[in-house]
Amino acid sequence: MFKRSEHDKRPLVQIFVDGVAVAARQGDTVSAALLVSGRDARRATAVSGAPRLPYCMMGVCFDCLVTIDGVGNRQGCLVPVTEGMQIEIQKGKREIGK
Amino acid sequence: MTMAPKREAYDVVVIGAGPAGLAAAATSAEAGLSTLLLDENIGPGGQVYRAIASTPVSERNQLGADYWAGVDLVQAVRASSAEIIQRATVWSLDRNLDIAVSIGGASAFVKARRVILATGALERPFPIPGWTLPGVMTAGAAQTMLKSSALVPDGRTVIAGQGPLLWLLAAQILRLGGRIDRILDTTGRGNYFAALPHAFAFLTSPYFAKGLSMMREVRAKVQVVSGVTELAATGDGQLASVSYVAGGTRETIPADLLLLHQGVVPNVNLAMAAGIEHRWDELQLCWSPTLDASGNSSVAGIAIAGDGAGIGGANAAVVRGRIAARAAVEALAPAAAEKLVPMATLRADLARAERGRVFLDTLFRPAPQFRIPTGDTIVCRCEEVTAKDILDAVAIGATGPNQLKAYRRTGMGPCQGRLCGLTVTELMAQARARSPQEIGYYRLRAPVKPITLAELAAVPQSEADVKAVVRG
Amino acid sequence: MSGEYDVAVVGGGLLGSAIAWGLGRLGKSVAVLDEGDIAKRASRANFALVWVQSKGLGMPAYTVWTVRASEAWGQLASELKQQSGLDVCLQQNGGFHLTLGEDEFGQRSELVTRMHNQAGAADYRMEMLSASEVRKSLPLIGPEVSGGSYCPLDGHVNSLRTFRAFHTGFKAFGIDYFPDRPVTAITKSGGEFRLTTPAGEIRAGKIVLAAGNANQTLAPMVGLHAPMGPTRGQIVVTERTVPFLPHPLTTIRQSDEGTVMIGDSKEEELDDRALKHSISAVMADRAQRMFPHLARLNVVRSWAGIRVMPQDGFPIYDQSETHPGAFVACCHSGVTLASNHAFDVARMVAQGSLERELVGAFSASRFGGASGANAGC
Repeated sequence: MFKRSEHDKRPLVQIFVDGVAVAARQGDTVSAALLVSGRDARRATAVSGAPRLPYCMMGVCFDCLVTIDGVGNRQGCLVPVTEGMQIEIQKGKREIGK
Repeated sequence: MTMAPKREAYDVVVIGAGPAGLAAAATSAEAGLSTLLLDENIGPGGQVYRAIASTPVSERNQLGADYWAGVDLVQAVRASSAEIIQRATVWSLDRNLDIAVSIGGASAFVKARRVILATGALERPFPIPGWTLPGVMTAGAAQTMLKSSALVPDGRTVIAGQGPLLWLLAAQILRLGGRIDRILDTTGRGNYFAALPHAFAFLTSPYFAKGLSMMREVRAKVQVVSGVTELAATGDGQLASVSYVAGGTRETIPADLLLLHQGVVPNVNLAMAAGIEHRWDELQLCWSPTLDASGNSSVAGIAIAGDGAGIGGANAAVVRGRIAARAAVEALAPAAAEKLVPMATLRADLARAERGRVFLDTLFRPAPQFRIPTGDTIVCRCEEVTAKDILDAVAIGATGPNQLKAYRRTGMGPCQGRLCGLTVTELMAQARARSPQEIGYYRLRAPVKPITLAELAAVPQSEADVKAVVRG
Repeated sequence: MSGEYDVAVVGGGLLGSAIAWGLGRLGKSVAVLDEGDIAKRASRANFALVWVQSKGLGMPAYTVWTVRASEAWGQLASELKQQSGLDVCLQQNGGFHLTLGEDEFGQRSELVTRMHNQAGAADYRMEMLSASEVRKSLPLIGPEVSGGSYCPLDGHVNSLRTFRAFHTGFKAFGIDYFPDRPVTAITKSGGEFRLTTPAGEIRAGKIVLAAGNANQTLAPMVGLHAPMGPTRGQIVVTERTVPFLPHPLTTIRQSDEGTVMIGDSKEEELDDRALKHSISAVMADRAQRMFPHLARLNVVRSWAGIRVMPQDGFPIYDQSETHPGAFVACCHSGVTLASNHAFDVARMVAQGSLERELVGAFSASRFGGASGANAGC
């Protein structure tokens, strides 16, 4: 859906998406890293389970909700990636203790 | 990286570090006022100068000269005494000018003598069938990724809608080697005639030449379909095709990515939650705050600058930020105001920056069918409420957005009405044959962005507060 | 808009809607007069409990009335479902009031004892449980929970869906709902009531005042009396989470949608636009001490609402001596008592007089001053 620019010289950052290593760049938001990763990053809504991907990328639509380092329902478009970050794609309602 | 405000009270707190907020904070700090600039994003710039201090897109002409104008604004505020905190989400502002801000998962509370809201704009909802499908995004979303991470579309990409940003985005995508298969222009044919009387101002505005050359640049490389009157995204769990009608003919094209845009509207949530009066703007089709010439709102001590004050674009936002800050300086430290650019000069600047706006607003006024959906089209993305659901609720007595919540939970999800509010107002206005002003808007309250329960629990409590909850 | 109705119900909140629906169910022609979108609506700020425990200390009849409502709720939920297709998600498997620390446990125990000792009250089997007993039903409680009271009759419901079901039912029963019609004057002549609204007059043979705190000004127009002592309450709501709370609490419940609602504060304030975060903080803090895992959930909304609260906290149901056919109904627990309103109160209004054995204790004559006819009927 998206590709990176060849001129992007930012340092690589390794994150893990559902346990799988994914290469991101310093300064990427979690949502941008997911969208360019080529992986299926669709979450399932808490209401009907419908699949969604980020819509606005500016913090207003809440369709980028994702579990980051064990904390559910974070706005992935507002959080920058960090080395070793653990991302989980949410399926349905947020789980207790996450 | 995360840091709490250094003080408990400031002369001026500016909320939002886009063009208006950057200009306001720099002006206020230059005049010697203690100034705090709070911004939700990773870096300063707002949406228009998104990632201005960190973008990996180094070739200047790819993003355009207008983008790089943001560098000076950031440098000015960074060189000033203003305290700047990024990734700081203001979740409450009240009439006492008490501000609650979430930074790194903990809340800080600051008091201001003056608040300048520069929370900018968000894209107008574009509720077509299938707009919740994965693969459908706003044009602004694509532009955000382009600026901050140099990402461009590489699958089958369709851009649909209208307005200057759409053409700018298309040009930027092409310059960075991205793919655009087709542009579907939804500008209504009648809009050209309606806008004609305002054309002179536009022709003499800076928008004109830039807009024209950008459209030429894009049209040379991409097929553009004009006069699109219907639009739908389809697919099973993922966007598969875009279907549209132009000139009475329906066409369906396969697509992986659909980017939608039909202008921007003020981001009103914080301002409304602070109790600031807003009115329905019949030209811009959105809620705009009631402001005086210096941007002062109906709540004493709170001014609004930038697109949150009514859409005016980046250049106007900068001037509005300076005007609001100068007014704050005049009120708090009149002697210091002498050093600043005179108000008369700023007002002349603003008039120049706003030149041509009425033409753009009229030409790019979105058509009713793209604002007021029907049938199974989702209106409230969070609670998954359709246009039909809302009309059913109106039929059994829902009179406005607040009663509608009781019937259908619209606006009760995490986005707090940002993606459905305008649609709900216009849909109910149409169904009840009332004006949007009569229908009204959601009554918004803090927290305007979600905070954790633990964070709320950490707000300082008095004995009286405990007694109001723990009762024998 | 001119028309004649058997009954005009003033107020389209949960109380007025329940009575109107009940009258429609009995075949009466009914008009409901309501305010607009930003009226102070107590039923929009409700906590959705169908609650029995601790109700009626100081008025045994209220306990009896509440237990009756609790028992009739199943019938109401099933009729609403049959009529509207809407499941109001009634759950009546018992509810808790949790205490933090020994002092609160002691105070609650005293209250339970006083309730038990009160003569004439229905036995609704409210009992104190230790923390370890509570944990058997609510395994996620935190270490600070000292125990709590439990009542097997308690439950909760989806109150917004209940509201919608009533209004859906209005259509089926042919009830006319008129929003944006606040009533400014009521007169009676020629055996019918005339209600003045900004959009014209409504005429009806009987009227029911169910306008919440506005009853204070409406009731005297027809020789009735409704002394109110409204208070402000705040509620905090979280995002949806997977089900974790199998029973509702007085201060915490998880809706069928998954959101967690946290209440309930009480202040002598009437501005429902203001919100005190410091009070929400106390509520949030207590909630996370009761269930520590809630700490990480996001709060998506909070609000303040004004409770409809008769001065002594107990309901008022009365009928006018000077204006026969005029009734007034006010109560705090519009959700809990919805079944009684839909079945009993509607029946009484339809037959033209309140039944003393059921609601005699709720006459406003208990406040002194202008008295209604309920106590003597």
